[in-house]
Amino acid sequence: MLCASAPPARRRHDVSPTGHATDVDLVQLLTPGGQLLAHPDYTPRIAHLDAAARRGLYRDMVLVRRFDNEATSLQRQGELGLWVQSLGQEAAQIGSGRALRPNDYVFPSYREHGVAHTRGVDLADILRLFRGVEHGGGWDPAEHNFHLYTLVIAAHTLHATGYAMGLQRDGLVGSGDPERDAAVVVYFGDGATSQGDLNESLVFAAVNNAPIVFFCQNNQWAISEPTTKQARIPLARRGDGFGIPNVRVDGNDVLATYAVTAQALERARSGGGPTFIEAFTYRMGAHTTSDDPTRYRSAAEDEYWRQRDPIERMRLLLEGAGELSPAFAAELEADATALAERVRATVKGLGRPPTGTMFDHVYGAPHAIVDSERAWLAEYEASFLDGAAAEGGSH
Amino acid sequence: MGTTERMTFSKAINAGLRRTLETDPKVILMGEDIGTLGGVFRVTDGLQKDFGADRVVDTPLAESGIVGTAIGLALRGYRPVLEIQFDGFIFPAFNQITTQLAKLSYRSRGRLSAPVVIRVPYGGAIGAIEHHSESPEVLFAHTAGLRVVSPASPADAFVMIQQAVASPDPVLFFEPKARYWDKGEVDVAITVTADAVASALADGVATDPAGVVALDRARVARAGTDLTIAAYGATVSTALKAAESAAAAGVSVEVVDLRSISPLDAETLIASVRRTGRCVVVHEAPVFYGTGGEIAARVTEACFYELEAPVLRVGGFHTPYPVNKLEATYLPGLDRILDAVDRAMAY
Repeated sequence: MLCASAPPARRRHDVSPTGHATDVDLVQLLTPGGQLLAHPDYTPRIAHLDAAARRGLYRDMVLVRRFDNEATSLQRQGELGLWVQSLGQEAAQIGSGRALRPNDYVFPSYREHGVAHTRGVDLADILRLFRGVEHGGGWDPAEHNFHLYTLVIAAHTLHATGYAMGLQRDGLVGSGDPERDAAVVVYFGDGATSQGDLNESLVFAAVNNAPIVFFCQNNQWAISEPTTKQARIPLARRGDGFGIPNVRVDGNDVLATYAVTAQALERARSGGGPTFIEAFTYRMGAHTTSDDPTRYRSAAEDEYWRQRDPIERMRLLLEGAGELSPAFAAELEADATALAERVRATVKGLGRPPTGTMFDHVYGAPHAIVDSERAWLAEYEASFLDGAAAEGGSH
Repeated sequence: MGTTERMTFSKAINAGLRRTLETDPKVILMGEDIGTLGGVFRVTDGLQKDFGADRVVDTPLAESGIVGTAIGLALRGYRPVLEIQFDGFIFPAFNQITTQLAKLSYRSRGRLSAPVVIRVPYGGAIGAIEHHSESPEVLFAHTAGLRVVSPASPADAFVMIQQAVASPDPVLFFEPKARYWDKGEVDVAITVTADAVASALADGVATDPAGVVALDRARVARAGTDLTIAAYGATVSTALKAAESAAAAGVSVEVVDLRSISPLDAETLIASVRRTGRCVVVHEAPVFYGTGGEIAARVTEACFYELEAPVLRVGGFHTPYPVNKLEATYLPGLDRILDAVDRAMAY
């Protein structure tokens, strides 16, 4: 059992003011003060990460946070209908995302901008969804092995489980060729653990021994409801009743999330079955830009978690080790600014899709009702004196 | 063509499923009790024995899980054919079907597809207890992205299940359980291919290259000149009996078997009503906000000047499906259909 392997002396019951008193070990490899800790199981998982690789993780987190802040500004300026911040969850997402191999497959919920970044998705494409240009975002899931965002809570956890069952059928699990084998990782939040679909996913995954990693980002709040409204026990024990091993990891520690995800993925790929990971983290922003967290949580709580900022602790590690040169920091700052500017320009350039595209891809093959309504609307719009303009790119 | 065998409706679906398992290695059957038991109606009888537990899969007892995992398998290139045990048990999967399965093509702008077939034994007249006799087809027809069909005869059931599996879109396949034990001639030489289904749908033709009626097309089950009855599923044979009775009384009734509920083959239906001038719609589902309302509106809009009478509807009442001691009254039987025929003829 993964969680049972840490000796009692290493237990860290580091919980937020809203979190459960816990009896489950928290895997942590990097303290909030930037000190490395040794762990018998997981330290070997990060031993190969040299200074460049650690700087890479830091760089990913900085870029994603800048993107996130830019998107928040765009929403405030009326350029996006809604924005879902990942602020504070960068370590959980970058650590787990970087532990994936190219042929692994990701099913995100809708806050996994950091994971999308690790899969090579252009972050600007994510905003197509939030600007109201495309429902699914602009990326090709097959190109990145990164599925579309799913807004219905926990619905995608079943798709992920089925996809993992498909990998099994395709002979891509436990083949003995680690380059060929693949696994699925599915992301969801603490609120999703209450949904039937997630629990059905755990049933299907367990009885089929599917190659899947359930990655729960417990960010403490499901909109205004604390985790204590979702469960009476730590979420990291959720797998127990299903026969699925659990791991609780410090979700603000990019090295630890990398290590536990790498281990769980390897287990899945080699035929060892599913793992449930609870990444204990904090949503530093609002649920979405429509939310007002000051109505339901305290300044003290915010301050507690600000002390555990995932980017800051990695910066302290790199600085302490002499691995963060002023030149690198300056270059990263310039890259982040360039990313933000590019995202802003791209989003503002996204026009209104032609009306006719509303009828595209409802079905894979023609459907008489859709076709007749498409034809009717085209004729109706053309009947106006300036009918052609309605199909144009203005909005 | 021409190797016909006489078999029951349920056996015809079984034979159609067998054909798809033989011809497409990506087809997987999934559902509760469909393996060793062969399904509670034995529709999948013997298939696990012949194709193995990996092709005919007994799943956990979880409808949302069955549909949701099937979506994931479809994303990997498989063609899952699911069985929901009874109509009234489909609702735990309603979210997966309507918000996920139906939208996958649209949300991905055609990059993803989920050719999942969901078989649903539906309708009443078998003396069952509650939640075993409902007709929820309109709830799915109202959702863009789904195809909704219902066969009315063993011959068509054999063809349509193959067409559904070959369809590039998700299909809700409603099986009229009252007809499971009806026998008919089935042309077992017919094998429907994905290419045939795709080309028939794309070209908008009424028949596919094998000469069978396309998945989205209605069929005139009986020709007539005075009035059109539109029906599907279990009510088609009731409508045919009504037509016989009406003929004895000197009224020539045409029966259109809709086959597809979404899309609706308005073209075939409207052509029929233009010939006859009158239309009665029959289905088991409640009349209120039902298929009949949609048909009445479309037919009226297209045939306003040809209609000799308003389009009339015969179906279930706005009640939960009643106790089985009352279902004979609830269901649209010969009397109520013939009464509607008389009323239409009297205008």
